[in-house]
Order: sequence, then structure tokens, then C-alpha cells
Amino acid sequence: MKQSHIIAGIDVGGTFTDLIIFDQSGKLTLGKTATTVDNQAIGVMNSLKESEVAINTIDTLVHGTTTTTNAVLERKLAKTGMITTRGFRDIIELGRRTRPQPYGMYGNFTPLIPRTLRLEVSERVDASGKILIPLDEQQVRDAVTRLIDAGCESLVIHFLHAYANTDHENRALEIAASLWPNNYITAGHSLLSEYREYERGVTASVNALVQPILHRYVDRLQSELRSGGYDKDLLVMNGNGGMVSAGLVANEAAKTVMSGPASGVMAAAYTAKRAGIDQIVTYDMGGTSTDVALILDAIPAVSSELEVEYAMPIHLPMVDVRTIGSGGGSIASVDDAGLLQVGPESAGATPGPICYGRGGTRVTISDANLALGRLNNQSVTSVESSVSIDDIQTAIKKQIADPLGISVAEAAGAVLTIANNKMAGAVRMVSLSKGYDPRDFALFAFGGAGPLHAVAIAKELSIPKVLIPARPGLTNALGCIVADVRHDFVNTINQPLDAVESASVAEVCNAQKQRGDELIASESVAIESIEYRHSADMQFIGQTHLLNVAIPSIDISTEELQQRFEEVYFNRFHVELNEIRANLVNLNTSVIGSRPEIELSQLIDPANRESRLESAQINTRKVWFNSDWHNTPVYDRQRLPLDAIISGPAVLEQMDTTIIIEPDCTARSDTDGNLLVELSQ
Amino acid sequence: MSIDPVTLAVIQSSLQQVCDEMDLSFSRAAFSPVIAEANDRSDGIYSADNGELIAQGALGLPVFVGTMQFSTRVLIEMIRDGKVAAPEPGDIYIVNDPYLGGTHLMDVRFALPFYHNDEVFCWLSNTGHWPDIGGSVPGGFSANATAVEQEGLRLPPVKLFKQGKFDQEIYSIICSNIRVAEQRIGDVKAQAAALLVGQERLNSLIAKHGADTLKTAIQELKERAAQQMRQRISQIPEGSYTGTAIVDSDGVVNEPLTIQVNIEKKDQELYIDFEGTSEPCAGPMNSVLATTRSSIYLAMRHIFPDVPISAGAFEPLHIKDPHGTFLYAEYPRPVSGCAAEVSQRIAEAIFAALVPALPDLVPAAPAGTSGNFALGGNDPLKGSSFVMYQLSGGGYGGTHNTDGLTNGCSTIGISKTPPIEVMEQYFPVLYLEYALREGSGGAGKQRGGFGVQYTIELRRGEATASFVMDHGRVGPQGVLGGVDGMRNSVTVIRNGEEYIPEHLSKDQGIRLTAGDQVRVGTPGGGGYGNPAERPEALIRSDLENEYYTAEQLSEAYGVKLTS
Repeated sequence: MKQSHIIAGIDVGGTFTDLIIFDQSGKLTLGKTATTVDNQAIGVMNSLKESEVAINTIDTLVHGTTTTTNAVLERKLAKTGMITTRGFRDIIELGRRTRPQPYGMYGNFTPLIPRTLRLEVSERVDASGKILIPLDEQQVRDAVTRLIDAGCESLVIHFLHAYANTDHENRALEIAASLWPNNYITAGHSLLSEYREYERGVTASVNALVQPILHRYVDRLQSELRSGGYDKDLLVMNGNGGMVSAGLVANEAAKTVMSGPASGVMAAAYTAKRAGIDQIVTYDMGGTSTDVALILDAIPAVSSELEVEYAMPIHLPMVDVRTIGSGGGSIASVDDAGLLQVGPESAGATPGPICYGRGGTRVTISDANLALGRLNNQSVTSVESSVSIDDIQTAIKKQIADPLGISVAEAAGAVLTIANNKMAGAVRMVSLSKGYDPRDFALFAFGGAGPLHAVAIAKELSIPKVLIPARPGLTNALGCIVADVRHDFVNTINQPLDAVESASVAEVCNAQKQRGDELIASESVAIESIEYRHSADMQFIGQTHLLNVAIPSIDISTEELQQRFEEVYFNRFHVELNEIRANLVNLNTSVIGSRPEIELSQLIDPANRESRLESAQINTRKVWFNSDWHNTPVYDRQRLPLDAIISGPAVLEQMDTTIIIEPDCTARSDTDGNLLVELSQ
Repeated sequence: MSIDPVTLAVIQSSLQQVCDEMDLSFSRAAFSPVIAEANDRSDGIYSADNGELIAQGALGLPVFVGTMQFSTRVLIEMIRDGKVAAPEPGDIYIVNDPYLGGTHLMDVRFALPFYHNDEVFCWLSNTGHWPDIGGSVPGGFSANATAVEQEGLRLPPVKLFKQGKFDQEIYSIICSNIRVAEQRIGDVKAQAAALLVGQERLNSLIAKHGADTLKTAIQELKERAAQQMRQRISQIPEGSYTGTAIVDSDGVVNEPLTIQVNIEKKDQELYIDFEGTSEPCAGPMNSVLATTRSSIYLAMRHIFPDVPISAGAFEPLHIKDPHGTFLYAEYPRPVSGCAAEVSQRIAEAIFAALVPALPDLVPAAPAGTSGNFALGGNDPLKGSSFVMYQLSGGGYGGTHNTDGLTNGCSTIGISKTPPIEVMEQYFPVLYLEYALREGSGGAGKQRGGFGVQYTIELRRGEATASFVMDHGRVGPQGVLGGVDGMRNSVTVIRNGEEYIPEHLSKDQGIRLTAGDQVRVGTPGGGGYGNPAERPEALIRSDLENEYYTAEQLSEAYGVKLTS
């Protein structure tokens, strides 16, 4: 590797396209430009232009895109057909019999592929992989032709029990490939060799539906980059928190659907590890959503059971990020029992909170923050149209203070108290309630609104410290830079552990390892070393839920696997069940190519740091804490001395966020520019 | 003592969180798919004085809305009368007696006295549906029991945990009386652990706010919930409303059972009686009072989903005890069909009564059956016995602005069905089809959703099939001019010959040998509004999707179509 390796991370979010360019000689370039919604590539090129870094000097460019996320959520998808087992074309329309909400006997569900484009062919394999009805190849040919004639661009081949015997899907794939005009064909088992026909079918369908869209997007971006002078491989972020070469990414396009939040968590894990903290709950609060993830021993938790939205599971290993609420846009109101409620209703991005000036009229969390001086009220006027702090106060008075018979400040304070209580409860439900002690953790706060609430929420959760990274608003772009190259493999075993040979565990894991090695070799990315993580998904016989058990070495004996599973089970549920034997459901391998260490100390330019805390102070303003106004110092975070110690209450402002240090807390900064807030116990 | 509005709102959401965490802990650790996967369980907090519901988990199975306040009240009374041993810290009672404020025998309740300063501050209780409780039929859903003793083991309230110590003796009696007993310990431990999670969270809530504040808040929240329910009820115009629903039969006597509900709206409250409802029946379609009452709560919550579940919300609902009807069963009437089927008919009758008054909130009738099909036998390949259940969804009714959902879960459930690939792995069966049941949604301006059609073949050995379903005699009701959804259908094919159960939707003890098949079609939802008002584009789209044939559409909507 040459001396000054330059790596660029560009992440496209809903509103902004964020850029970080890191030069190993020490130079760091940051950028924030508007996202171009219809073609994200334009915004990406704009951000590169604005950075004034010559594109041809960049060695590695890593990109996080929401192209597929948006395509799925807005249902702007490629026309796709499905060929499936006779008698089962409705599997992806019937779902698994639920309704979207526990109460209210209604709901909408539109299948991803319309019924007329789901064609059946004669074939049947049973659960053991035995062929009961041979594949009717002529029917496959006819179905393929019909779907081509219907104008389909992508194709899914999805047969029952294909995870147990891949012959029929493979043969159908061969036949289809000889007729289909392009490469957009997904066989269910090739993406996910796991039982459960609805989940596997939906995962494969999502893949096919976004494959052409992602392919075109990546192609377009790559050719623009090329004409700009960047001739190396473009890398794209996946939902597993790793990156993959642009040439491969469209094959498994479904893996990019939830990549945005995953990059943020990767950056959090990296940043916290450098700060010496390994146990983390991430708290990413933006304008329209709040996402939470767990990082254990510096490794983000991964799940294969995430849903993009109601009844749309994508069962691929992805960083386990849970959306717990609608962020700063959550609406506060007094219900007809006279009780103040915050959320779940949200003002969204439009009309948004009152303070956005986009026509929002209902009080939100963001408006309450402004009314209490926690956000700088100068920033109200800087948004789209003229909304004054008076307008916000009037709305709070009318909608909340008067119905409750309290003052405007008390009302706004109440909105935050209730919002923080609810958010803390939701955070606990998706993280700590899995059997962890909050005192072992730090809360890692990012996103535009995360650092506003994090200290208060940590207090509710009894988490003793909060880590606020140098650039809370650029975390996803940072994730692109620090992420590793990663490929995940899952194979279903689904047998009692007693019936499994220790040797076959090693055999499956080894095969997975080899496939990963081959893929990494085909990508032209600089990596320093390759790490293999093996694990097993297990359960007690008779159970349906799975627990993930790490496999330290592939030569593990099945006895040791049983023992490890029992340990994990006890830690999770505090229940010992030595009466019952275990089932080995899946074997998993992650092949991770580690990339060179990135130095973060330049994220806040050391040259701008003041030597004394007082010099970094902007002014003092009144901020509401604990039922009263306090004269609170406001600091410019960029100018904080390197070893600053700040006692709360205090406000810290920076380009992309505002940080609130609650009273009785102390914040220290470190050499990477992080702030570590210690809560009083 | 008055309480400030902010603390009140914080305590409201905190109590809710305590219950939600119990729910989550229970199903995450549970063994049986019926709890772990189908969430057939519920957790709540109940008053120390009379068992009134303080808060209940939002993730609990809807059928349990309000049920445990009846069982907790009976437990408190029995302790007071010296019929049950008095509580001590660390105790957990177990009970499943339907006549002591319960549902059917499979729903096993645990109750833990929560202590603060040496006094019972409140009760924590949960219910889990056990996959078997003994009795004549595996799984407990007998189609033709005539006394509760045939339905399984009946437990009065006894302490399964005494001062924190598990009573192995009581447990061994239970295990000797139920099937697949060796796995039950996993559920028992999960059920108890969930209550302990609640205990811990409640302790920290008291530490934060103080017991007195919490007590005041609980009382205040109850009054607020009552006020909120009254507000909602005031949307209903003053007057009387009547709805009916038909249960196919009781499984023993092949006659329909009628539920008639009469609702009078007066001064922001509802007065509900069941005059005109059929008498107690011989078979297991009787309902116990607790289940009848909670079915009404359940229906009201489907109509007003945002009123919190608490005793206060039920206060404006005055329910006259339906003495002398099959909705008020007393010992020893069999009751195994009450929670899964009769409860859904009660809800349907309430929906039918209130749809003219609340046309924007109440949909046409949903499929309203759990579609319980059980198959038990011995798998010669594995050399072990098995019990398989297939529960199914069906079509929902059309609403004022949307077509009904296809394959929605039962009115009382929120369950996922098990994947076919899992069923075929565990049991000696082969699915020949699992499809959307074409033509099943009732016509209407907004049509009903579609049911499911599946056919299962026994691959080897012998097995016995039983069914407890409903809506085989009449389909789910269409409303405001809409047409009824398609009826439930069960066909057994033995040696190539078709057999249709005499009671249509209920039967048991049907012997099957390898190669025999069972075909089930679940009901479609009722249509909403006059079919003539359905936009032609939607009719054409239904044709394109092959949801109906051209003939069916022409007949239902009076338009000319060709396939």
C-alpha cells in the first residue's frame, strides 16, 4: 500500500448526502450536501465536487445508499415474476396469518409480486430432500416464456424445501437462464438456505424486485465516477455492516435494503472500541425515526429475523437495528382522558414539527426542545419559512399547557419527560431486557437529536455513561470508512444435536469459509487480514425461538456445543433446562476482511481547539432543567480544549447537532474528539 | 393527595411497560410454539382489594382482555374465605378452573402476590395456553365432550411455588395427567420467570415514585380510562341496537345456537344483555361468564383500540349476567370451545349490532374462527407419537374504506401460522395445496378478504383427526347491503371417498390411514355496503387477479365480464 492511502465514505440519507474523506497522511475532509432523491448519484458527485478533493487521487470509495430501501418502501420496484411449486403460488400473498395491529379488525397487505405473475409448475420435494414429483421442465420453459412476454424484468424461482435439496431450483435456474434476457434471476435457496417458505420467498422476491434498480444505479454511479477519474472498484455498504464490491452487490441486492442504520452501528462500534468501551447501546435519533442496536464485546449484534415493514421479513444476517419510535417529529397531545401522550403519531418530514416551517401545526418533541432553550432558537428562523418561537409557544399553550392547567415551560418539560420515559422503555425492550445489566453499558448517541436526549434517557435506564462521538451527524459516512469487507453464510441443519456428527459441523463451516475466501479474492479491496466468525442457531427440542451460540473453533464437539448453548440460554432467560436436549438449526459463518486502521483524532480539527474552556464558550442562555430555568453556558464543541471537563448543566453546539449535558453530570473530551458524559448515581 | 399530570402520564406508560416486558419475557423463554410463536398468553397487574385490572400487556393475546381480573378476584375471595392458603412472599399460585373466573382448561394462570412493606400491594398474573391439559382429545379441543371432566385436568388455585420454592409434588401430579409432559417444564419456568420480571420492574417503579403516589395514580388512571371510554361511547347515537350471530352447533346436538345481544346506549354508557340467546348446550360450546364478559371487552377494544386496557375502561359497560343461556355455563358443562370459538361469535354479534351506529369504525364480520384442526397418531418412521395442530386465518370483513384483509388471524388472536416446511418436517403429512380460497370474500362496495384452502395428506401410519371450527352453517355476515362471506368447509377423503362431517365444522375421532386427505376451506370476510356501488375498476382487478371467476363477478355485481 502506498504511503498516503485516501479513502472516501459517502452515505446518502433522506435529507443529506454525507461525505468523509480520510487521507492517511492526516488530512480529513468533511461534507454535507443535499440528497438528490430521484438519482442519488447526482448528489454523490456533487458532494465529491464540493469536497475539492481530486477524484482521481481517491484510492477507495465506499458508498452507503438508500436506493433499494426507498424502492421497497415506496414500492417502486422492477416488474418481477415468480415460478413456484404447484399448489403454492399464494404463499407470499397469504403470509403467516396476522394483522398489522393487535386491535382493529382491518389491515392492508399488497403482495410483492401480483398473483398473475406467480406461476406454478409440477415438482415436489419433501422435508428430507427426497424428490416426490420430478420437475416438469417443459412447464418451466412455458412459464419463463409467459413471464418474459408479460414484460417481467426479474425472476424468482421458489420451490418448497429447496433448502433441503437444491436440484429442482438449480435445474429451473439453468432453464430460465437460457431463455431470460438478463441476469436478474434469484433462486430462493441461493440467497438463504433456510427453512420457512414465506420468509425465504419474500427475501428472494425483495432481492429480485430491487436487483435491476440497484444494478442500474451502481452502473450509473460507477460510470460517472470513472469519467471523473476514479478507476478503482466502488464498494457498497450492506446491511450486515460490511461492504461488498459494486460488481457483486446487485446479486444479493436485498442485503442493501437495511444498510443505512447498519453503517451507523459499525461506526459506533469502532469509535467506542477506540475509546476503550466494548458494551454499547446505540441511540440514533433523527427527525423521523429512532433506531437502537446492541454492541457486545465491540461486535454489533446481528439478526436474521428483521422486518422492513409489516409482514416483509428479510431473513438475511443483518446488524440488528430496531426502530423504536418516530424521532423528533413525534407528536405530543392531550388525549380525551386528559393525559399527555407523546407519539406514536408523527409529523414526519412533511409537514414536520412546527419549527420546520413547512406547515406543521402540532407540537412535537423538537418544538418542546426549542421552547425550553435546549435548541438554539436562532435555528428556528434559519429553516424554510418564518416560524417564530412565539408561534411555537402559542401552540404549546393551546394544545398542552391550557388543557393540563400548567405553564408553557412546564408543558414543554412534560413533553420531554414523557417522551424520554417512553423512549427509555422502548430501548430497554429491544436491548437490555435480553438479560443485560445496564451498569455494564454506555449509551452511544448520534443522529441529529440523539445527543439532545441521550443523557436523560441513560438516566432512566441506569446506564452510567454516555458517549457522544465527534461527528454525531456523520456517523453513517464514518461507518463506510471503518467497515470491513464481509460475507455471511447460513445453512439449515435442523436436527437434534445428538444426531449430528461433530465432523459435519466442521465440514459445513469449512465450506462456508471457502466460499467467503473465494468472494473476497474476487474483490479488489485492500485488506489486512481475514477473520472467520462461526456460530450456531440453536433451540431446545420443542421450541421455536432461536438463540445464537458462538463457535470458537470449527473443531468443536457437539457436547461442547450443547454446553455453550445452555450457558447462553441461562444468561438470556435465567432458566436452566438441563432436562431437555438441544436442536441444531443453522450453522453460520461470517468471513470478514479487516481493513487498515483509521485514525479518528482528526474528526475535530485539533488546530481550532482553544486552550481554556472559557474561550470556547459562545454565550449563556436560559435552559429549562428540573422544573426551572437555569442560566446555562453554551459552548462551541469544535473549539473545546482537548482535555476539557464540563460540569452540567451545559449546552454544546456543533454543525450537525446540539448536545445537552444535564445538571449533576460531568463531560470529558478525549483525543478522538468524543465526549464522555458520566452520570451522577 | 392529588397527583400532577406529568407524573400521572409517566406512571401510566411505566405500568404499561412492566406488563409489556412480562409479555415479552414469557414468549421469548417459552417452549410451546403456541406461546412462543402464537403469543397465546397474556400478563397483567391486578388490584389487591378485588382483582380489578390495573394494566395489561399490549402484546397479550386479545382473548385475554380483562379475563384475569375475574380469576384474580375469585382467588382473593377464596383466600379471604379460607378456601385457599393465604399468600406469603415468593408464592405463585396456579389455577385453570373455568368456573373460577377462567376460560377453557388449556389456559393456565399463574398469580403472584406482589409485596411492599409486608403487605400485598397488588397481584401479578399471567395466562399461558398449554398445548395439552389431558382429557379425551390431544390438545384439549374436544368437539363433543359433555362434561368438563372429559376435557382435561382441572386445577383449583394451589401454590406451585411456596416462598420461592417449586413444589415438585404438585407438578408431578400435573405431569402424570397431561400429554407431552416432559417439555412442559420449559413453559412453567418461563411463565414464572415472566412474573418475576414484573416484580422486579414494579419494585423499581415504587422506588422511583413511592408506593403512595403509585396507588393514587392507579386510582386516578382508572377514573381517566372510564372517562375516555365514555367519550368514545358518546359517538353512538342514543338508542337500542341488536345483533345476532350463529354458532353452527354444540358438537353433540346438531342444532344452531343463537347469540342475541341487545345494546342500549344511555348517558355515555352501554347496557348490554343477551335476551333471546340459546340455552346451555350439551356439547363444549358453552361459555363461562368470565369469557363472555371479556369477549365484550375484546369487541369494544377492536372498535376503540386506543382506550387503554384497564378496569376503568370497562366501567361504562353494564353487562347483565346471561343466566339461563349457554354464555353462562356452570359446573359441569363442557366449555372447551368458549375461548376459541364462542368468544368470536359474541364479538361478531356486537359488531353486527354497532355497525349501523359506528359505520366508520366497525367492519363487516371477519372469518371469526380459529380453524382448529388436530391430527394425532403414531409415526411409524420415527417410532413416536405426535399431535399436530393446524390453526388457520380467514378473510376479514370489508370496512367503510377498504376491502377486507386476506387470511387475517382470528378475532381473538394475533398469531402466526407455522410454516408448511416446519409442519412437514415434524409430522408425517404432505400439503397438496395451500392457497388463497378463490371466490370466498363476500361481495360489497368494499368486499370481504379471502380465506385459505389447504389439503393435507397423511403419508404413513394411522392417525385420528378432529376439528373445532365454526361458520360452516352460515358465512360471516355482510353489512349495510354487503353479502356474507363464504362458509367454512371441511372434507375428509378416505379411500377416495368424500366424507363431510355431520356438524360441518366440528368432529372428532375420524380415523385416517396413509393416503387419506383432509381438505379445509376457511371462511371469507363479509362484504361492506351495496355491491352495486363497487367501482368497476376494482371488479376488473379482482378478475385479473383470478380472485373470482367472471361468472361469480357478473352475478354478484351485475356487470358483464369475460375472463
